[in-house]
Amino acid sequence: MNISLNARNITVIVLLAALILLPLYVAVTGDRFMLTLFTRIVIMALAASSLNLILGYGGMMSFGHAAYLGIGGYAVGMLAHEGIGTGFIQWPVALLVSALFALIVGALSLRTRGVYFIMLTLAFAQMAYYIASGLSRYGGDDGLTIYKRSQFAGLINLSNKIQFYYLCLAFLLGGIYLIWRLINSRFGMVIQGSRSNDARMQAIGFPTYRYRLTCFVIAGTMCGLAGALLANHTDFVSPAMLYWTRSGDLMFMVILGGMGSLFGPLIGTVALLVLEEALPSIIKLLGSPLFGDAAGRAAEYWQIVLGPLLLLVVIFARGGIDGLLQKVSQKVRRG
Amino acid sequence: MAEALLQVENLSKRFGGIVASDALSLDVRPGELHAVIGPNGAGKTTLIAQLTGEVTPDAGRIYFSGRDITAVPVYRRSALGLARSFQITSLFLDLSVLDNVALAVQAHAGHSFRFWRDARSVPELRQPARAALERVGLGDRAELPASVLSHGEHRQLELAMALAGRPRMLLLDEPMAGLGPEESARMVKTLRALKKELTILLVEHDMEAVFALADRITVLVYGRAIASGAPAAIRANAEVRQAYLGEAESEGARHG
Repeated sequence: MNISLNARNITVIVLLAALILLPLYVAVTGDRFMLTLFTRIVIMALAASSLNLILGYGGMMSFGHAAYLGIGGYAVGMLAHEGIGTGFIQWPVALLVSALFALIVGALSLRTRGVYFIMLTLAFAQMAYYIASGLSRYGGDDGLTIYKRSQFAGLINLSNKIQFYYLCLAFLLGGIYLIWRLINSRFGMVIQGSRSNDARMQAIGFPTYRYRLTCFVIAGTMCGLAGALLANHTDFVSPAMLYWTRSGDLMFMVILGGMGSLFGPLIGTVALLVLEEALPSIIKLLGSPLFGDAAGRAAEYWQIVLGPLLLLVVIFARGGIDGLLQKVSQKVRRG
Repeated sequence: MAEALLQVENLSKRFGGIVASDALSLDVRPGELHAVIGPNGAGKTTLIAQLTGEVTPDAGRIYFSGRDITAVPVYRRSALGLARSFQITSLFLDLSVLDNVALAVQAHAGHSFRFWRDARSVPELRQPARAALERVGLGDRAELPASVLSHGEHRQLELAMALAGRPRMLLLDEPMAGLGPEESARMVKTLRALKKELTILLVEHDMEAVFALADRITVLVYGRAIASGAPAAIRANAEVRQAYLGEAESEGARHG
């Protein structure tokens, strides 16, 4: 494969190199917080990438993707609570239950289009949310603390933050590679054709429903894996993991980074989560000389700055950040 | 008489009070180009839609190659070798021209639950797609996004996609619609080459093209076949002249 060195590809390469070398930086500076933040970023990027598979490539506007995050997480938490600590059981169960839930949601929602599809996926996710809230044995509304991370018979120690970070990164890169193979395969051509013009796909002989459903289940399973990782990362699961605002966050990561772009969701997740962390300090830093203490209080309302920023991206950069970078690359090539 | 490849028997379809097909019978023999003409609202597009399976008839039977396909779903009919092109072009505009045709090839190359190999490097998909593009004269446009082609080229691409599945029969729904004189002439030339290898059912408004291409013509009026026969016989048929060609002439006079 030919990779040309343009602004967009350089950004991706630098980003990947930074992710791989991050633990080195942490070892030198002792900045443990960066490791925690980026472990979270990597996990959420996996979830966002899985959403991108159906949203960006398949045109399936699922507004309930956080449900799989929660189901994967709860599978790990509930099994741990019942004394089953081995990841060899916890994780396959997490994947299986996510896949099953995606199969049920997809089988029913994919018979509809547009707004109905969005509302159905949202309704199923909210149902899962209320079920999680009602699990009084597992903490109900308060959530469930996981006292011991998944055990892998000494192969890997998830409590070691660097090992855990690299495991998450491996799953993210593996997931992106998998998506890349999928979307360029015959299966992926059907999925993309169906996004482009589903009626025509059926007219030329494709029973598109079963392909779209398969894609939906693959994406749900992948997000279930991200959920299992997230539960281990936070040592805690709660209904908030499944709430619809979390699904909205995932959609924003995808749209901000670039729908239907392989690395878009990763770029979007990094941008969104880093901004979330950095915006309060930036507001404080820039505002203090002018407004003194008021800036400190304003920093609590950093979302007021984030909201319009996201709005600008949606309005002016249809392809998200990745689309912008590609436009820049083309301009540079033309000179 | 040779066994018909496509046989339509007593097809009936109404939409509320409107009769789109009224005990319509029709047969298309292997190797012929059979044109269906008729004034607006005669039920030509509804006929095509029933042949492809998008519309279910109220009564009557459709046989393709001796097999009753009346209840066979859309995607299966296309797999049996019955391909159609659309009156309103319906393409994958955000994919490349070659991808459009390759998808049509893929539809006939077994199931697509193949998750790993790069579909754009599979010669069984790409070579027939390129060949189909060459046949309609779009060989040099293969790598462009379908959205940048002209209207006439979209029609050619439609045809390439219909050809890509190696169909036994083509259903062409007004392939000349909206084409300029030059593009029309090119389309007639392409169809003339195709009719040597394929059985074609052509629904078309452009009389010049119909009489230039058709082996037999069926005339529809209010969902009924009022006449069927060789172009010369149709031209001479008094009922047809009165019901249809007369109107076309007066229409022509109005435009002129």
